[in-house]
Amino acid sequence: MVTIDPVVTIDPTALRERIVQTRPTVVKDTAGYSVFRVVNAVVLIVACAVMIYPFVNIVAQSFSSEGYINAGQVNLIPRGFNIDTYKTVMADHLFWINYKNTVVYTVVATSIAMVLTTTYAYALAKKRLRGRSFFIGVAVFTMFFNGGLIPNYVLINALGFTNSIWAIVVPNAISVFNLLVMKSFFENMPEELEEAAALDGLGTYGTLRRIVLPLSKAVIATMVLFYAVTFWNSWFSAFLYMDDAELYPVTVYLRNLLAGASTANSVAGGVASEGLAQSEASIQSVTMVLTVLPILCLYPFIQKYFVSGVMLGAVKG
Amino acid sequence: MGLHYVELFIHDGKFWDVFQNTVILGGLTLIFVFPLPIVLALMLNELRSRRFKRLAQTISYLPHFMSIVIVAGMIFQIFSLQGTVNQIVERLGGDAINFMQQADWFRAVYVSSEAWQTIGWGTILYLAALTTIDNNLYEASRIDGANRWQQTWHITLPGIRPTMITLLILNTGAFMAVGFEKVLLLYNPLTYPTADVISTYLYRVGIVSSNFSYATAIGLFESLIGLTLILSANAISRRTVGTSLW
Repeated sequence: MVTIDPVVTIDPTALRERIVQTRPTVVKDTAGYSVFRVVNAVVLIVACAVMIYPFVNIVAQSFSSEGYINAGQVNLIPRGFNIDTYKTVMADHLFWINYKNTVVYTVVATSIAMVLTTTYAYALAKKRLRGRSFFIGVAVFTMFFNGGLIPNYVLINALGFTNSIWAIVVPNAISVFNLLVMKSFFENMPEELEEAAALDGLGTYGTLRRIVLPLSKAVIATMVLFYAVTFWNSWFSAFLYMDDAELYPVTVYLRNLLAGASTANSVAGGVASEGLAQSEASIQSVTMVLTVLPILCLYPFIQKYFVSGVMLGAVKG
Repeated sequence: MGLHYVELFIHDGKFWDVFQNTVILGGLTLIFVFPLPIVLALMLNELRSRRFKRLAQTISYLPHFMSIVIVAGMIFQIFSLQGTVNQIVERLGGDAINFMQQADWFRAVYVSSEAWQTIGWGTILYLAALTTIDNNLYEASRIDGANRWQQTWHITLPGIRPTMITLLILNTGAFMAVGFEKVLLLYNPLTYPTADVISTYLYRVGIVSSNFSYATAIGLFESLIGLTLILSANAISRRTVGTSLW
């Protein structure tokens, strides 16, 4: 973790004496500080309201009729309540195909990413690994430097990954941040455990599977969530490497809705959306609500894992 | 072949336009968005109600989990002609502005949405750093007569300084790569004059117009700038304040 260098250097024993002497006096808030606390709370409440507002707004729009939306009258609560737009979107065949694609891509990509990340991190965590610093360096280097969009594009094309799930999975199979988090977790595991396992006749993979992994459930859960949310939300790989609408994930479906609406408004040409062309605001809202729904439902439960994952990463950072 | 393509972009006026846009957009983001999580973390830290604090954190982390496509969709709706922002503008007596179609507004829209997305999640490391500050320092300063503001200035801020600098270095490194996917989703030919950045320009040159070699040269240049920025930011911070990434 980051070390703190205190600016105020005080002799600790003298300090302790002074604190002991003065402890009985309860520090009361000054008038100014009381005012500050009220202002602080009010500002935070307003900030939270602003932060959550876009979510409330799309939910309200998704249940509103188009007339009220176009009149600019929908903010916090639905006007002209109806679920027709939901029916329209759900009746779109392509929407469901793309939604199912998102689920499949997320599950497959997360599984592959987990196997690769866990095994790579476990190997890197072993100090005795020959060429260890080289293998770490290879991974970390990619965080700060890469060939760029075009070389990647050429490579994926040459590998024949276009219009297949591999275009999404392979380039994102190892996130270096996640790798470093897992590596530091494995490094902190007591070595005696693995020595005992080796004495009992377990090989490398046996130790990993039967000793190390069962003890790493928390970090594995965090990593699965990190990857799953990333893959669920990703759109650009699919947008770049796929040209068959039946293969798109739902994020690209939504992107095409937005692009279609945007080009309808602007004078310039661009990519027209497939399926529901010339989409209306309510259709966009419904699609957005349905796309974020799984994440919103899981969010209260997964939030703490994410925070702990970030903290683990910061330890090594 | 040699440096043919490098020469080509050095003499390409369009390239320097998008270069300028990149620097401005990245700079605005760094100036306006980087300090916000620090302020929010300090404000959350002053809350005494744990429940309120946790609720505020839960709400402010939420945008971080949204796909960039969803974020773009929300931006389109909030800033549309019928959207909330224009309703406020009209309520205040102004005329509705077509924010997403005007180059003058792109930077404001981009930076404010960036703030919305990152402010909450950015507080995590600061809040963690705040808990590591020794409570004795506060007690001692109180005895010496420091008020809350002086405590914040002389104890709290120096206490989270290493975290601030680490994040500043990382943000500087990402300076040239300003939200490629977000710009790609938000911009349109009408907003190109301010919105088009190096990464979106090379996307159009390379992928849309299939000019691979030229786009690769630009991309390499962009990566080199990014690498140089992060190395020099790190070196400067190690010399001056003794905090370094590696």
